[in-house]
Amino acid sequence: MLLDGLARLGRSGLGALERLGRAHLLLAGMLLGVGEILRRPGLLAAQVFNIGVLSMLIIGVSGLFVGMVLGLQGYYVLAQFGAAESLGVMVAASLVRELGPVVTALLVAGRAGSALTAEIGLMKATEQLSGLEMMAVDPVRRILTPRFFGGLIAMPLLAAMFSAVGVLGGYFVGVGLLGVDSGSFWSQMQSKVDFHEDIVNGVVKSAVFGVVVTWIALFQGHDSVPTSEGVSRATTRSVVHAALAVLGLDFVLTALMFGD
Amino acid sequence: MGKQRGIEILVGLFMATGFVALFFLAMQVSNLSAAVNSEGYRLTARFSNVGSLKARSPVSMAGVRVGRVEDVSFDKETYEAVVTIRIDPGVDTIPDDTFANVFTAGLLGEQYVSLEPGGSPEYLRDGDEIAHTQSALILEQMIGQFLFSKAGGE
Amino acid sequence: MDTAAQDAAAPEQPPSPCGDILVKIRGLSFRRGSQVILDRVDMDIRRGAVTAVMGPSGTGKTTLLKLITGQLLPDAGSIEIDGELVHTLGTSALFRLRRRMGMLFQSGALLTDLNVFDNVAYPLREHTDLSPSMLRKLVLLKLEAVGLRGARDLMPGELSGGMARRVALARAIALDPDMILYDEPFTGQDPISKGMLVTLIRQLNDAAGLTSVLVSHDVDETARIADHIYVISHGEVIAQGTPEEIAADRSAWVRQFMDGIPDGPVHFHYSAPPLVDDLLPRGVV
Repeated sequence: MLLDGLARLGRSGLGALERLGRAHLLLAGMLLGVGEILRRPGLLAAQVFNIGVLSMLIIGVSGLFVGMVLGLQGYYVLAQFGAAESLGVMVAASLVRELGPVVTALLVAGRAGSALTAEIGLMKATEQLSGLEMMAVDPVRRILTPRFFGGLIAMPLLAAMFSAVGVLGGYFVGVGLLGVDSGSFWSQMQSKVDFHEDIVNGVVKSAVFGVVVTWIALFQGHDSVPTSEGVSRATTRSVVHAALAVLGLDFVLTALMFGD
Repeated sequence: MGKQRGIEILVGLFMATGFVALFFLAMQVSNLSAAVNSEGYRLTARFSNVGSLKARSPVSMAGVRVGRVEDVSFDKETYEAVVTIRIDPGVDTIPDDTFANVFTAGLLGEQYVSLEPGGSPEYLRDGDEIAHTQSALILEQMIGQFLFSKAGGE
Repeated sequence: MDTAAQDAAAPEQPPSPCGDILVKIRGLSFRRGSQVILDRVDMDIRRGAVTAVMGPSGTGKTTLLKLITGQLLPDAGSIEIDGELVHTLGTSALFRLRRRMGMLFQSGALLTDLNVFDNVAYPLREHTDLSPSMLRKLVLLKLEAVGLRGARDLMPGELSGGMARRVALARAIALDPDMILYDEPFTGQDPISKGMLVTLIRQLNDAAGLTSVLVSHDVDETARIADHIYVISHGEVIAQGTPEEIAADRSAWVRQFMDGIPDGPVHFHYSAPPLVDDLLPRGVV
């Protein structure tokens, strides 16, 4: 009994290691496919469209509301200490450092990541990937690589849009509705938010999230069991794994970047 | 081909919007517009204690920001803190007998360097050292001294 | 089929030239986990002929095709195509070899985001530098060959199953391959589509001098067009020969498969305890 349990533990451990290995091989394959992107920029444009342009609406609306909530909540807390002028700092710093990259990554994982997984999984289930292989076309380079780089490009831009719209939302609530002084809103923000430490790090964060979210989505699709049940499970796993990875990595990156 | 072109235009629009957002964050939200680091001139000042003064802390005269701390380092010969300050290019009339203090904004606020101009007709230039400095007031030391003097007075 | 008969027959035939066999499979074994899919299979696929591999579902027929095309690697044995060992080739050599093969998948495997014309043009765009007008002519000729020139602007979702398979066939022959592999081409087709596909496969094979490998469990259609048939079961070749020889084969297993007899060596009942034991509640009696 004990040995059986041990064997089962060992087997699942080995299985996980094997999956991890396959995922890294896939990543290496996609990175090596970068030449393909340069030869056919049209493929990349189509994927930036799918992942980026089609996510703009949800990112813009969410950013606006998150910024407005930050403005409202921040005002009530800061006003107790007579520091309502710092509202701009609070809204901007939390958006640029954390909420922008993280919430954008979660939204993209839900909207575009799941779609990528389902698309790749169905292409596998309907033998389109094998069909490409039989036409002597590498599906990793032709189908997966453009999607990977599309996600990598789209994510930081979406995160920047989220933060920018969020700051404007915070401005609207704080200055427009609650009467914080417009001048100090901006000047405090500018004196405390640092370009290198906050903005650049935020962009780096969201680029990392872009890699992770699209990588997980594509791997889950590529590794899915080619049946309708397998694809549906892979889609669920894609979103769950991507969300966990983003939150976990966010902690690690924050510790590395802002920990001094 | 019309569809492909439409996609390309929208992708171009998307990228442009993204870069505008980044530009907005850089110029309007962060200090990039204020901290164009290569401009202005550099001064140094030695303090026996700088408290929690850090790079990019503000440097002000009469309460107005005129520059930023560029670097804080330790001189192992004299056991002093060497603070490098970048002064904005427009402010080029700081007398050479100016007094530099490390102050705290409010009781628990951020620390900054305050410059109090002297009366000398000579102005400080790039690379000069501010001779007169006063260190940061450390709250614990002040409380300690206060208690000590109280105890001594009795 | 016994070796003595073959040995006796050998001197009478002229020794076949080495190049007569396009695909030579020796001792091929493949297992998935602990399950043996193929067990020491030997096969010869002659140039210019239609070779059929038959057997019930789940006996490793599709696996065999994937092994031939190098999508899977064998656990033991060798597959030699025109002098090249498939399982030892690197990616680029394998891709070069695959350009000489076409494959028709069960589902057609058309790219769903491209229309019929672009699907057929895909391998040409990928591997040749033809001018657009040349490409157009070639694609239309290939579509004409499968009778679907008029359907060039349809999307795969708008095609019937039989049409999708014919488009896939046009795509498979777009690069003028030496060999074409059919994975269950007749499954799920109405009699008219079946008839069309049977005719097409034979015509393409003879007109273009192709070598065809056909995996199927449709007995009648396959017997009509195959030159040579291998019957496999449980990963082993249990009979081979011309359609006539297979039809005359007396072994119980081959007869059950070819004639569709419900019970025989392959049992109608999945193995289970006796019915009475299952039905009678325990403890009663």
